[in-house]
Amino acid sequence: MSAGENRILFKNIDQPGYGRDIDSYMAAGGYETLKKAVGMKPEEICSEVMDSGIRGRGGAGFPAGMKWKFLDRKSGKPIYLVCNADESEPGTFKDRQIIYKDPHQLIEGMMISAYGTQTALAFIYIRGEMYEGARILEEAIEEARAKNFLGDNILGSGYSCDLIVHRGAGAYICGEETGLIESIEGKRPYPRIKPPYFPAVLGLYMCPTIVNNVETLCHVKHVIERGGKEYAKIGKPGNTGTRIWSVSGHVQKPGYYEIECGAMTYGELINDLCGGLRPGRKLKAIIPGGSSSKVLRADERFTGKLKDGTEFDWGVGDIPLDFDSPMAAGTMSGSGAVIVMDDSTDIVGALANINAFYAHESCGQCTPCREGSLWLKKVTARMIAGEAREEDADLLKSIADQIEGRTICAHGEATAWPVQSFILKFRDEFIEYARKQAAERKAKNAQPAAVA
Amino acid sequence: MSEKGQTDKVTVNIDGKDVDVPTGITMIEAAEIAGKEVPHYCYHPKLSISGNCRMCLVEMGMPMRDRATGEPVMDDDGKQKIGWMPKPAIACNSKVSPGLHIKTDTDLVKDCRNGIMEFLLVNHPLDCPICDQAGECRLQEFATDYGRGFSRFIEEKNVKPKRTVLGPRVILDDERCILCSRCIRFMDEVADDPVLGFTERGSYSTLTCFPGKNLDSNYSLNTVDICPVGALTSRDFRFKMRVWFLKSVKSICTESSAGANTEVWQREGKIYRITPRRNDAVNDTWMTDSGRALYKQVEAENRLVQPKVNGGSASATEAVSAASKILKESDKIAVVASTHSSVEEQHFLSKLVRGKKAKVHAVAHLGEEDGLLLSADRTPNTRGAFITGLISELPSADLSALGSQIDAGEVDTVLAVHEDLAAVGLSDEQIDKVKLIQIATVSTPSAEKAAVLIPSLTVFERSGSFVNQQFRLQKFHAVVPGPAGLLSDLQVFASLAALTAGGVSESVRLKDAWDSLSSEIEELQGLQFRTIPDEGLAVPPGNFANIPFPEKKSLKFDSREFVREAMGVSEAS
Ligand SMILES: Cc1cc2nc3c(=O)[nH]c(=O)nc-3n(C[C@H](O)[C@H](O)[C@H](O)COP(=O)(O)O)c2cc1C
Ligand code: SF4
Ligand code: SF4
Ligand code: SF4
Ligand code: FES
Repeated sequence: MSAGENRILFKNIDQPGYGRDIDSYMAAGGYETLKKAVGMKPEEICSEVMDSGIRGRGGAGFPAGMKWKFLDRKSGKPIYLVCNADESEPGTFKDRQIIYKDPHQLIEGMMISAYGTQTALAFIYIRGEMYEGARILEEAIEEARAKNFLGDNILGSGYSCDLIVHRGAGAYICGEETGLIESIEGKRPYPRIKPPYFPAVLGLYMCPTIVNNVETLCHVKHVIERGGKEYAKIGKPGNTGTRIWSVSGHVQKPGYYEIECGAMTYGELINDLCGGLRPGRKLKAIIPGGSSSKVLRADERFTGKLKDGTEFDWGVGDIPLDFDSPMAAGTMSGSGAVIVMDDSTDIVGALANINAFYAHESCGQCTPCREGSLWLKKVTARMIAGEAREEDADLLKSIADQIEGRTICAHGEATAWPVQSFILKFRDEFIEYARKQAAERKAKNAQPAAVA
Repeated sequence: MSEKGQTDKVTVNIDGKDVDVPTGITMIEAAEIAGKEVPHYCYHPKLSISGNCRMCLVEMGMPMRDRATGEPVMDDDGKQKIGWMPKPAIACNSKVSPGLHIKTDTDLVKDCRNGIMEFLLVNHPLDCPICDQAGECRLQEFATDYGRGFSRFIEEKNVKPKRTVLGPRVILDDERCILCSRCIRFMDEVADDPVLGFTERGSYSTLTCFPGKNLDSNYSLNTVDICPVGALTSRDFRFKMRVWFLKSVKSICTESSAGANTEVWQREGKIYRITPRRNDAVNDTWMTDSGRALYKQVEAENRLVQPKVNGGSASATEAVSAASKILKESDKIAVVASTHSSVEEQHFLSKLVRGKKAKVHAVAHLGEEDGLLLSADRTPNTRGAFITGLISELPSADLSALGSQIDAGEVDTVLAVHEDLAAVGLSDEQIDKVKLIQIATVSTPSAEKAAVLIPSLTVFERSGSFVNQQFRLQKFHAVVPGPAGLLSDLQVFASLAALTAGGVSESVRLKDAWDSLSSEIEELQGLQFRTIPDEGLAVPPGNFANIPFPEKKSLKFDSREFVREAMGVSEAS
């Protein structure tokens, strides 16, 4: 653990001698909280989670307690709990640490959540590429079942719930919660239209369903362990608890870092925890919350007022690591994936890479995202192939504008935001890119004439 | 049933004007009532909402209420404030509610439509000159109405399969497909034969049949109708005719007593295709594939066009007068009536039957029901035959009863309408024993033996009405002229009735039929052919509801529910 970190979820991860088996977990106090939980009333669990103020770690940052409250309990239909372990947003590699190295923490968090919401059946939807992770989870589930932490009449409480691992088949869109639900149902993961298909009302098999991220569900364990109000003291109001940041790109020590919300800034994360940039390099840009979040330019300044009225005036490095601050800076903390780019970065190439991803991952259901994402990709692919035009910058922005806010699911925004922000913040570089290519072409075409 | 009508109304505001619309309709339908077109592709009134094309985006607002108190929030003029949604909303997905506000003509809405049209066209092939959909293509229409008019796309277009045979009657051009999923939803939700789906993803998504499956349902051609573009085409109609040269005539499908409403499309006396005509009380917007093929009988190889008397050619009038002589001379006549005949034809035929005290036989043509639009009675007008008094018992399985009457010498003359006697139970000896007057459209061995053979017109060459399984009176109109020199059955029966009664043959029109129908038949009182609406008219079934008709259940008809309603019995708990 690096100085400045506050490891709660990752307390045991990577510790020498700590294994992923149930004995290691229990030796470190594992499953004690589940024992405590089944002695409480389910409503009490829910209200502790509400009190904790804990927000979803999957991307949108929606308060978990509130989400649970939306569950349609009047329908009389069974309730399902689904853990979103699809972790596919480029730059993000936090959930898999838990799955591969401390699977019982997730299982405990899920069984507490399942008991609290009175779930009939729980699922872990795991990204298709993580087949080893799926095997590890299966193994852990069997260990937990042997000890009656899940299955029938859990710890004599009278409450029964099973846990099923469902593997994806390698599609980013399966991380979108309604696409995920369709996928579990055995269909193509076409995200559903809302209304009417809000998961808490009409989710899996048209029953009320909670979808939460791996990290979110692990936090539930710590919320119940400490009590909601006590947990809420970690971090700051509206931004409680710790967050795990996945840092990649041009830093000396890329990796995952668990930090109390608001305790550090992006600059401190990059310079102190990650050992700064490579020698002789200067910061060019940061993607602050997964590839879909809006890029921040190194020399930008952000001023304004926070929700609580405090004024701020930040450089990029001054933005606190939490939920609301990146939002105030016009971007988002998303999945907590920080991608650092130094001055060696070809910004057009970087966008071409992102565009290729979102075009490849668009499910193809709705027109703007389906056609727009591939068009964006084709434009930036042409640009990096040497056929850039000056007008491409504005064309890219305009295509993205025609996608944002007009699609079935947030993949549309995920596609549009990078493009809009790259062009807004690096427009000159895109135009210069085209001019340079034009000049090179001209020089090349002129050569034979000079020879003749 | 659907005829009860929606009386509940809500007031919504569309582009600044308050409009009263029925509850339960979508924003698209409400806008239509207000005279505002909301362009759309994936929405279809008879299919589930998929919301994928995004063409119908509009601005939507609701009257504001205070979150805490629930009290309406007022503006300075004392009107309730409208909370406009920050993003455009699809108009196909939301039902109207009181106070709903919609804007369909703002800059944002126009920009949305522009954008969608541009997106739909970037990978669309420029096939219009060779595309069957041209002229009735929503992509062409909306591109003109809502598009930018120029393309900013200079990249390579996607390449997809151009001619995938999906089934015996439907062919697919994937490049033209705009992935609206209407066809998929139709096959799943209406045809109950889910064989279509998409493979690949993103812009490379490709419509296809599931492995090992075929689009061979008897409803497959409905996918061609609802495909908003030229992606799905009918193998029968493909490349035959430009649609703008075709004129359509309203007709009724004669395949069964379901009586699907249709449009028959012709040019210069030739029929090219049949498509369903929307009738929410009967067939919604659907029809069978088999029903669409019926126009081929017009040009059937064995079509009869030459009237004959004793094997020799005659004019139609000569044939009718020869037939009337035969009928006059006998008092042992049997009529083999047809439930393919129209109400009007049956009416005149029953006059003849009554005048000559003829015995009446009818043969049932039954088949398996498909629960949708192919009912057990494979003729269009059994109910009409009852109402006109032509028959009083259900048609029988075959003509063995008539055979016995012939054997017993009780019948020596048979007027057979549209039935091939040998095929429905009479032996050659029995046929040889009687004087046969045969009315038919196609030749058969027994027709060739007739003393008088009167070729007849197909449903596409005559006008009239049928009463379907729901006791719904529906009219059909002549699409093309019949073979030269032939008389309509209506005229033939009217003349025979007049001549055998000692009168003279006069030319009759539908109006003449209706003048007497509406005065003589209680159920049809006050009706005239021209007053029957295009969507048909429910006729009171009276005691006929008790008859054990063979139909059980189809798309809009449930025999048990029907009888309950006809008898005025409320649902037993
Ligand atoms: C295109 C797309 C991909 C997503 N991928 C993931 C993912 O891989 N993992 C995840 O937890 N949430 C993902 N989400 C967010 C989920 O839809 C959902 O909000 C989240 O799982 C809710 O969990 P939380 O409330 O605990 O954050 C994605 C959303 C979108 C629009
Ligand atoms: S926005 Fe993209 S990913 Fe989401 S439903 Fe539409 S096409 Fe699919
Ligand atoms: S589908 Fe419409 S726009 Fe496309 S080629 Fe055919 S007629 Fe033209
Ligand atoms: S084939 Fe036609 S109906 Fe089917 S999805 Fe494509 S465009 Fe829609
Ligand atoms: S009609 Fe396609 S989204 Fe509304």
